[in-house]
Amino acid sequence: MSSTTENVNTNTSENILEVRHLKKYFPIKGGFFGGVTGNVKAVDDVSFSIKKGTTMGLVGESGCGKSTTGRTILRLLEKTEGDVIFNGEDISKYDKKQLRELRTKMQIIFQDPYSSLSPRLPIGEIIGEAVREHGIVPTNEYDDYVSKIMKECGLQEYHKDRYPHEFSGGQRQRICIARALALKPEFIVCDEPVSALDVSIQAQIINLLRDLQKDRDLTYLFISHDLSVVEHISDTIGVMYLGNLVETGNTEDIFDNPLHPYTKALFSAIPMPDPDLKKERILLQGDIPSPANPPQGCKFHTRCSQCMEKCKTEVPVPKDMGNGHVVSCHLYQ
Amino acid sequence: MAKKSNYISARESRRISRENRKITAEIEKKRNRKNIPESEYVTRMKDPNNCVEFDNVHTYFFTDIGTVKAVDGVSFEVPIGKTVGIVGESGCGKSVTSLSLMQLVQRPAGQTVEGEIRFNAGDKAINVVNAPASYMQKLRGNTMSMIFQEPMTSLNPVFRIGDQVNEVIQLHNPNMPKEDVKARTLEMLQLVGIANKEGVYKMYPHELSGGMRQRVMIAMALACDPKVIIADEPTTALDVTIQAQILDLLRNLKDKINSSIMLITHDLGVVAEMADYVVVMYAGRVVEKGTAHEIFKDPRHPYTIGLMNSKPVVGKKTDKLYSIPGNVPNPINMPNYCYFKDRCEMCVGKCNGEYPPVYKVSPTHEVSCYRCEEGGMN
Repeated sequence: MSSTTENVNTNTSENILEVRHLKKYFPIKGGFFGGVTGNVKAVDDVSFSIKKGTTMGLVGESGCGKSTTGRTILRLLEKTEGDVIFNGEDISKYDKKQLRELRTKMQIIFQDPYSSLSPRLPIGEIIGEAVREHGIVPTNEYDDYVSKIMKECGLQEYHKDRYPHEFSGGQRQRICIARALALKPEFIVCDEPVSALDVSIQAQIINLLRDLQKDRDLTYLFISHDLSVVEHISDTIGVMYLGNLVETGNTEDIFDNPLHPYTKALFSAIPMPDPDLKKERILLQGDIPSPANPPQGCKFHTRCSQCMEKCKTEVPVPKDMGNGHVVSCHLYQ
Repeated sequence: MAKKSNYISARESRRISRENRKITAEIEKKRNRKNIPESEYVTRMKDPNNCVEFDNVHTYFFTDIGTVKAVDGVSFEVPIGKTVGIVGESGCGKSVTSLSLMQLVQRPAGQTVEGEIRFNAGDKAINVVNAPASYMQKLRGNTMSMIFQEPMTSLNPVFRIGDQVNEVIQLHNPNMPKEDVKARTLEMLQLVGIANKEGVYKMYPHELSGGMRQRVMIAMALACDPKVIIADEPTTALDVTIQAQILDLLRNLKDKINSSIMLITHDLGVVAEMADYVVVMYAGRVVEKGTAHEIFKDPRHPYTIGLMNSKPVVGKKTDKLYSIPGNVPNPINMPNYCYFKDRCEMCVGKCNGEYPPVYKVSPTHEVSCYRCEEGGMN
């Protein structure tokens, strides 16, 4: 497996983030003495890398480990195994003090703008608190800096003294973005930032994220289950299924030529806003299996339409199909 | 200091609530009379091929800071055996329109104050706005039923799936023997594609996944062969692959039991796949309606056009997404000109006048915009 990982990470110097064989298991406690009876394998051997200034989209059904991957990278959750290399340093070995410094470089935007803002703090404080704590700017410039960040994110200066309940969903998401940006990060994990918003507001937030990326040379890990949004914003895409990355590659390659049966099924399920288009649809049967007890062999074989005997016993190895398009499926071995 | 737009004094608020109570008490009194004669709520359908006809419906909420006109003059029809998609942003009155049909609007604050909602109950047509509560109870869940958005919260966590589906059937068929009820429930569970029906019958909702719960919700809604199914964002909480399964299921079931679907959603893709007719709502009004083909191939209203452009489409490269400027206006103080004017980039001189009337672009395609005046037939 290691040989293919090296294929993915050919020019390491450009990569701002490298994830190698990341695993995150959640223990299941049970039994009379509360011992560990099993593991929920939320992230099971995931490897990818992101180049500076680009966006990687992470797609998949709910429960496939997208968000856990994002959080484990930020060390909001402690990993079980694997390395996370950020700017050439292995951050999984950082101690508390180093981690605190790292927080200014890596930030996260959460999905639900309604529950991720403290209802008791005014907006100015929500955005400025971390700026002050980390000493991003000198004390005398603090006020101007917060105003500047708010303006960049499309908020008005007089919003500073207001509380989150006075804002609509789209405005709140702007506050979340401003809070993340205020620390001048290099890398932001966007965990479903637009899925709680209306279509027209979605467009505003996506445009804002793109503009900020251009201005500040930001790198995003964009987690979403909305494939059309992911296609729009990402340069590279990773498709996850049950804790595994089944296919990665450039956005064009993946959308024009999806290889893995799961990716194909996922793409064919996207509803298209065109009533005349009657397309061939691959309907997946059943639900995603439980990650506590994943199927043997290829994890997708229980729902796969092209399942072979081999798939039930052997785990497929990631294979590079050229141009960084990596797929883990026995069909292409 | 700039005064907050939605600020009113306590005295003002008291005055408004006193007035509201007067209005709502009168409506409630009329509604709660005993023995309402049938002549008050039995009407005739304009077209016997329609299942539901909304005719100039106004549903208002009388709140302490003013009257919210959630649905303000909505008219459209749901033909028998067809799917009508209702699209719009949140807060545009999609859900309240459907709740008005079920008479499930939160009373006494929410009231349908004007207009008729005619429902074709087979032998006779009912105006549900005037129908007494006891009569509505017979209709709800029986001939009209609803699939809610959140399958996680709409099932009762302390009852088994079987009991919850049984309840629906028993309520509307009190004389049915218990074995028949169970048989019917199992039949319904099988119909919605649950393989392990005997097992699911005995399970609690927490043991099922989101897609399975939504299937159970659909089974409950279809248990009494309703004439109209209101699907209020049935797939919003689900994954794309599960969404495809559920939509496929709804489409097949509709043909099987020949009922109509009112599909409420904000996902244009879902509407394009499912609906025969599309109604676009904005701020409590219908801005455009027509067949799915007309709406998607030839959108006329600037809001519809904006909505289409703001959604990224797979396989279509755009550098920047179009976003409709501004926000939805405050529902309490609606302007008297076109509600969309302040966000519209295609205004013409006439837009400063009254709210635009409905112009017919084709026999089925109707638009509320002055831009369609010349091209239309009126």
